[in-house]
Amino acid sequence: MKPPPLIEARGLRKHFQRPRRFLAPAAPPLRAVDGVDLHIDAGETLGLVGESGCGKSTTGRLLLRLIEPTAGTLLHHGQDITRLGTSQMRQKRRAMQIIFQDPYGSLNPRMRVDELIGEPLVVHRVGDAAQRAARVRQLLDLVRLPANAVERYPHEFSGGQRQRIGIARALALEPEFVVADEAVSALDVSVQAQVINLMRELQRELKLTYLFISHNLAVVRNISDRVAVMYLGRVVEVAPADVLFAAPRHPYTRALLDALPGDHPSQRRAHVAVRGDLAQSSGSDAGCRFAVRCPHAQPRCLAAPPPLSAVDGRHQVACIRVADGSLPPSPHHAPDTT
Amino acid sequence: MNAPAPEPLLRLRGLDTGIGPRGPLILYGVDLDLAPGEVLGVVGESGSGKSMLALSLMGLLPQPVAVRAGQAWWGERDLFTLRPAQRRALRGGEMAMIFQEPMSSLNPVMRVSQQLGEVLRWHRGLQGAPARAESLRLLERVEMPDPPRQLDSYPHELSGGMRQRVMIAMALAGRPRLLVADEPTTALDVTIQAQILELLRRIQRDEGMAVLLITHDLGVIAQMCDRVAVMYAGRIVEHGSALDLFDRPTHPYTQGLLASRPRLSAGAGWLTTIEGTVPAVGQLPPGCAFAPRCAQAGDDCAQVPALAPCGPGHWAACVAPQRPRPAQGPHR
Repeated sequence: MKPPPLIEARGLRKHFQRPRRFLAPAAPPLRAVDGVDLHIDAGETLGLVGESGCGKSTTGRLLLRLIEPTAGTLLHHGQDITRLGTSQMRQKRRAMQIIFQDPYGSLNPRMRVDELIGEPLVVHRVGDAAQRAARVRQLLDLVRLPANAVERYPHEFSGGQRQRIGIARALALEPEFVVADEAVSALDVSVQAQVINLMRELQRELKLTYLFISHNLAVVRNISDRVAVMYLGRVVEVAPADVLFAAPRHPYTRALLDALPGDHPSQRRAHVAVRGDLAQSSGSDAGCRFAVRCPHAQPRCLAAPPPLSAVDGRHQVACIRVADGSLPPSPHHAPDTT
Repeated sequence: MNAPAPEPLLRLRGLDTGIGPRGPLILYGVDLDLAPGEVLGVVGESGSGKSMLALSLMGLLPQPVAVRAGQAWWGERDLFTLRPAQRRALRGGEMAMIFQEPMSSLNPVMRVSQQLGEVLRWHRGLQGAPARAESLRLLERVEMPDPPRQLDSYPHELSGGMRQRVMIAMALAGRPRLLVADEPTTALDVTIQAQILELLRRIQRDEGMAVLLITHDLGVIAQMCDRVAVMYAGRIVEHGSALDLFDRPTHPYTQGLLASRPRLSAGAGWLTTIEGTVPAVGQLPPGCAFAPRCAQAGDDCAQVPALAPCGPGHWAACVAPQRPRPAQGPHR
């Protein structure tokens, strides 16, 4: 029998209460994450893409229970962890870690590298001082930083090296699941490639499972086994990476891929596929949230939120027009693989 | 016979920009020609000096950074010897600039109409109803949704894409012949980036305006540029047409940059990397600054290589392509 996924979210919601203006009626809550179903199998990388404000970072934090969901269930190896108490959750959290985008902002500038990497070990009371020091050296080696880095401070390192420190810190407690939230987005191209390669090597050596959150579709394509696309708090499409990029079905995914500049001057885009921006879509909570920008929308799209339904094996799409077959796959999306 | 090349709009020669009068240099002897109506991309990683190049041209360098040597010929005039008042008259008029983060370049307590009106009054002498009419026309030109309403908005009421449209409208208000765009879409989402790039390209064509596009993103270069200059550690290391650069990259740094970007058409797989990091300002290695990271480095890299032709309209600052090829011995 297939083991349960390492992590699974069912109907996950996070609504933020907006501040109330003086004498004004209470504003409706901001639905940052609005009914997300996702699972991540052990050892795979799920890429989570979408534009700013789509709720991808909030989803990552919800999966780690760094913030509490408004509704929904969270399963870890099939066990419901939605209502675990603080001390039990603390134990679980050793197995679930996060790497942030900004290696400048997420490392305390007054702590030395050995303190930074060793801090999770201290917090979770792992080993004695000598064992912890040995583990820190091991971790530095793992992320390809020199052993003499221990007595230096974050500002003495380049952006790429700082991100390696962040990775070592996240790996200190031997987690099985790591959320990488825009982990390479702040890095220059040449350094970005180094860190992506490192993350892939670590995944293989340590059997890690990744949720790789990024707005950069080319990076996500490179590192992910499967990809989920979010739009305004909902997952609109999930598929194996090759399938999603070769044959995207949801109109938003298609628009996103169409909007990317090509890899070569001969692949210039002649037209813009989608107009408007996220701000113009917030009014349509009842139905499909992309409908107001969607070139294929029909009145019925506004009636009810489209469910995420399978179109083909592991390929799921939340679009009623794809589901009923009235929106065929677009042919021009098989990118050349020369 | 070929038609004579058009007189360049801008001829930059030997630009040295540095920190204070004696501090380390940021730009070393940069030469650049820009033809009227041309889109020239300047690509490089952080610390390459590409933004400082733009700010040197615009006369907007942050203290204590200053131009230390070189000429920037704008017609018959050298921009670097103009008096501040003459420079101000050009800036926002014939030469305009847009930035990565429009929020920090717009005044947060002024309505869009006031900010556009300021440029129109300063550079075109328009006021009152004609200024308002021209502001509306400009917002329509940059495809702003609902222009009359946005004219009375404050910057914080606009989305990032709409703010960048306001910036472009302000740049267009002075009828520029050169638009310097420093990472104009880096802070925007991809669907908005596509809209703004398309808008810039269309306006550039319609107005015959030259664009100097500064970016770290080779995708944006591929989408937009006629010619490209690649910068590394304060120098232009390769310079050619966009096609030359993508099809025949000659400098090892350009080759590395192209190879290390994840590509949509490539799928999964290990990425080629350039080992090491960009050297910091004032800590350049002697000789070719890229040599310590370069797989093709040799003893002949101890001197800083000059840009040398490696094809028609294509230059690279590297000795490797000029080395004699090793004799082809029999392989075992």
